[in-house]
Amino acid sequence: MSGVGPVSAFYVLAVLSIGSALMVMAARSIIHAVLFLVLFFVSLAAMFVLLSADFVAVAQLLVYAGAIGVLVVFAILLTPSREQRGMETKFVGPGLLAGAVVAGTVIFIAFNTNWPTASNDFPSTVDAIGQALLNRWALPFEIASVLLIAAMIGAIVIVGGRGVDLDPGAAGPSARLVRRER
Amino acid sequence: MVSLEHFLVVGAVLFGIGLWIALSKRNAVLILMGIEIMLNAVNLTLVAFSRFVKSDTPIAGHVFVIFIITVAAAEASVALAMVVSVYRNRGTIDVDQIDLLRF
Repeated sequence: MSGVGPVSAFYVLAVLSIGSALMVMAARSIIHAVLFLVLFFVSLAAMFVLLSADFVAVAQLLVYAGAIGVLVVFAILLTPSREQRGMETKFVGPGLLAGAVVAGTVIFIAFNTNWPTASNDFPSTVDAIGQALLNRWALPFEIASVLLIAAMIGAIVIVGGRGVDLDPGAAGPSARLVRRER
Repeated sequence: MVSLEHFLVVGAVLFGIGLWIALSKRNAVLILMGIEIMLNAVNLTLVAFSRFVKSDTPIAGHVFVIFIITVAAAEASVALAMVVSVYRNRGTIDVDQIDLLRF
């Protein structure tokens, strides 16, 4: 991959994705952290386009930037914390050390391995992925559908196990009761 | 010239940042966001390998990423449902205060 366009696009996207991931850590409020997370997802989708993975890029935009972003926003809005802002940290130094050790190890391995390189310039991956999913990986494909419906039913059961509660005061007393116990 | 190593370095750095966030935040939703960043870093690494490494079936990396995205979506939905459920029962999602199973 050479030429001014792809190289400059790579560096811009690398800075954008790493910077937005760092801003998830450093943001002042949790809503800002979610917005930076969505920016991270979008910049990674652009990185997939740069790697000529068009279907993966579209799936990334739909699933991560769309669905998971909205899901995280809902989870934050449903769990407001009164006394805190939601950005408390603990063990920042050891956490940074652990992340740096893992990243350094992977970078060391990446530079000290002799990869058998080639240039797989996919013209379009949608056709090939469809063929692969329904021939060679047909069984994992079916299992993935079972997993998705199990996750859907599980999420509904976990959140709404007691049925829909129309009484607005019902959630309050039980939450207060728990707080008094502690 | 952008080669495989460039993408591997970006993926490793993103994985490290995700691990940092997941280890040092106390809010459960932010820990999940760190895990999502780690999963995305792995996806980037897989797609980069699929693009640059010699193989008979280079599309396998893309199929693997599709399955990871599927599993990550299922994981996120169940985990966020658990966060909401814990908040209803205990009034907080600070993982330091969710210590019912701790001895």
